[in-house]
Amino acid sequence: MFTARTDFRPGRVWSRRWNLCFLCACGVLAACGAAAIILRAQDKNPFVGDAKAAKLGESQFRANCAFCHGLGARGGGRGPDLTRAQKRHGNADGDLYRTINEGVPGTAMPPNGATQQGVGMTEEEIWQVIAYIRSVQAKAPAQIMGNAAHGKELFYGNAACSTCHMIQGKGGRLGPDLSTTSSARSTDYLVESVRNPSRRLAQGISEAMKEFSQEYETVTVVTADGTKLMGVVLNEDNFTLQMMDTREELHLLQKDKLQSYEKIRGSLMPPYDQKMLSDKDLQDLMAYLLAVGAQ
Amino acid sequence: MRSEWIKKILFAATTAMLVSSVAVCEAGAQVTAQRLLDSGKEPQNWLMYSGDYAGRRYSALEQINISNAAKLVPKWAYQTMAGGKFETTLLAVDGIVYGTGQDNRAFALDARSGRPIWQYQRALPSDIRPCCGRVNRGLAILGDKVFLGTLDAHVIALDAKTGNAVWDITTVDYRGGYSITLAPLVIKNLVIIGVSGGEYGIRGFIDAYDAETGERKWRFYTVPGPGEPGHETWESESWKIGGAPAWITGTFDSATNTTFWTTGNPSPSNRGEGRAGDNLYSNSLLALDPDTGKLKWYYQFSKHDEHDYDATQVPVMVDQGEKHLIMQANRDGFFYVVDRRSGKLVYATPFAKVTWSDSKDPNGTPIARKDASPTLEGNRVCPGAAGATNWMSPTYDPQTQLFYVTAREQCDVFSTAPQAYEAGHAYYGSAYFPNDDAAPFTGALRAIDPNTGKIKWEWKHPSPTWSGVLSTAGGLVFTGDAEGNFIALEAASGKALWHFQCGASVYSSPMTFEMDGKQYVAVAAGSALFTFALP
Repeated sequence: MFTARTDFRPGRVWSRRWNLCFLCACGVLAACGAAAIILRAQDKNPFVGDAKAAKLGESQFRANCAFCHGLGARGGGRGPDLTRAQKRHGNADGDLYRTINEGVPGTAMPPNGATQQGVGMTEEEIWQVIAYIRSVQAKAPAQIMGNAAHGKELFYGNAACSTCHMIQGKGGRLGPDLSTTSSARSTDYLVESVRNPSRRLAQGISEAMKEFSQEYETVTVVTADGTKLMGVVLNEDNFTLQMMDTREELHLLQKDKLQSYEKIRGSLMPPYDQKMLSDKDLQDLMAYLLAVGAQ
Repeated sequence: MRSEWIKKILFAATTAMLVSSVAVCEAGAQVTAQRLLDSGKEPQNWLMYSGDYAGRRYSALEQINISNAAKLVPKWAYQTMAGGKFETTLLAVDGIVYGTGQDNRAFALDARSGRPIWQYQRALPSDIRPCCGRVNRGLAILGDKVFLGTLDAHVIALDAKTGNAVWDITTVDYRGGYSITLAPLVIKNLVIIGVSGGEYGIRGFIDAYDAETGERKWRFYTVPGPGEPGHETWESESWKIGGAPAWITGTFDSATNTTFWTTGNPSPSNRGEGRAGDNLYSNSLLALDPDTGKLKWYYQFSKHDEHDYDATQVPVMVDQGEKHLIMQANRDGFFYVVDRRSGKLVYATPFAKVTWSDSKDPNGTPIARKDASPTLEGNRVCPGAAGATNWMSPTYDPQTQLFYVTAREQCDVFSTAPQAYEAGHAYYGSAYFPNDDAAPFTGALRAIDPNTGKIKWEWKHPSPTWSGVLSTAGGLVFTGDAEGNFIALEAASGKALWHFQCGASVYSSPMTFEMDGKQYVAVAAGSALFTFALP
């Protein structure tokens, strides 16, 4: 709000009105500040253990949150499993309130009311949602099954995950960075992504984020000079394509200049079946991802 | 000598004043009700939301045409510096363009340069709760005033020369979940508006205000009260919170003195339990007398809707010889043609993927499948909650005689989320989320032949878009996409002739105007307004 105003120079015909608006804006900001102090003071959910409030919260959750977090809060292709005891962006009631109300910058989690999906929740309704989340979440952090150290060896060794995936700065670039994936996706989703990577590609969060929804579709093109390139789509529209080939080279192309263009709604990643990765090894790999994600 | 010199100066000064007063006249001519009726006679201007009373979003300007569209270049941009969706359609009046921005901004710009003449922003209460973004789609104009509907459910008349508020009236207490996002429609001396709030269990209405004073002249409740026809289509007290908002600008047939308005979903949006019946006049086309607000007839599209299929798409008036029709590509996936004298359906045929209905009643109106209702576990239905199209304007081109609409191909999983009504609180009774299909959602600009309902051509969008469509006598249609492109296509074939990357999704319907003999095309994208013309 503030920055939007700085381009209005004083002395213009409308300056008085803008000054008034400026004062109003200051008032609103002051009010917001006061509200923030009140909310900060209220870090405790007034509905702790209130089953009725949790039930109301479930309806709010379905209308406002299930789009990404799934109907039972167990996560999905777009948002974390909230039934886990440990929440990435803070575990206390006040943390959950802040996460819901303000969103998480740099992630797909929008501020309350800005989802283009639900209609925004009142303070009371947010607390009801938190009561609901508490009612369905596990009582204690899940014991990580599997051997994380062995999982790490697999990731960088025999399973060759690091050819395309990066964790904490080490690994390849062709696939998604997996440093925080385990806290942003349900374990079922991660397992499926290994066993059957093309079943569901990484999903764009919503149309509002469409410009940034990298879905890792596979693309093959033949350029004007006859060069054949295969890789993943970084972005595209009707007229242009931005892709990374399997050698991690970027190519910025105009579609009408290509000899051919073929996009497959499938992943370049091979399905890791039992022969390539046993259930035990998969469990170890998950243990590694969970351990990294919890950091 | 000296007196001669003074005379010269006086003469020069007077001449200068005369010249400047002529300029003032040019820029400040009054927009009369007659000019609005005859808007086709001044294609250099764009005097109302859809360009004309027929709602065609068609312009007779032809300087930009299929032979030169490839040479279009940007001329100026105007930044609102505001976040959120920028949905405005500009008005263009004698060298000035008027528009609205997010959070009830309004502005008047020099149409030649884009430089602001005045800027306005309403100080909104902090507890407004518009359902779907802090948006506004534009202004209406009459005389020396422009009219703005606000997110706190006021209607405000602004002085067209200064942006000062001339009058400001409350339509209803916004705390009940009401807001206004549409561009008003001026008919004669009345400013006609409708309300949003179908997600809050409001009782929808359409109002008319005296343009001079702001005095309310009539109100038509879109949910009939006790004793009124249609009241019996609501279960017990459900009518009180029945929804049926009217949030897209209507059209006007002066030959029969009838204004056509469309309405949105019954509340709660996706849960029919507790509101058994057809739920009139939700999802309907209403023919009203603009002088009195009396209902002449209605046609209901999807009855007892449970999928949020608001019928709030511009009802476009098209004449075919002796046939006087309304055409609407509806959010429920059907293209409807209705006789606008009788209100009788001519036909309805799908223009996008539809699974909610597989049969029709004897009149040809689609009937919902019983098993299409939302369930607790979730039920996959097409189109999804955002619809096969939405509020973005279609266009009818009298040259090609085709109807162009932005179609969205997205199915959703609808699940119930029972909730009690509480005034001013979200009241969906439901949740929906994208289905798990492997295929991505797509969209298309589709050209429909209204004689057959068949799709003559389509321009595929990589993802569903929220851009409206403009057609011009230059043989062109203009539209935008979610990837940020603004595109000119040949109206007859759908061939893309030109595009410009705006840098953010287009959430608006384009318009065109002429200034200094130069035709401009304008569209809002991101937080900026862009204009284009030939070099």
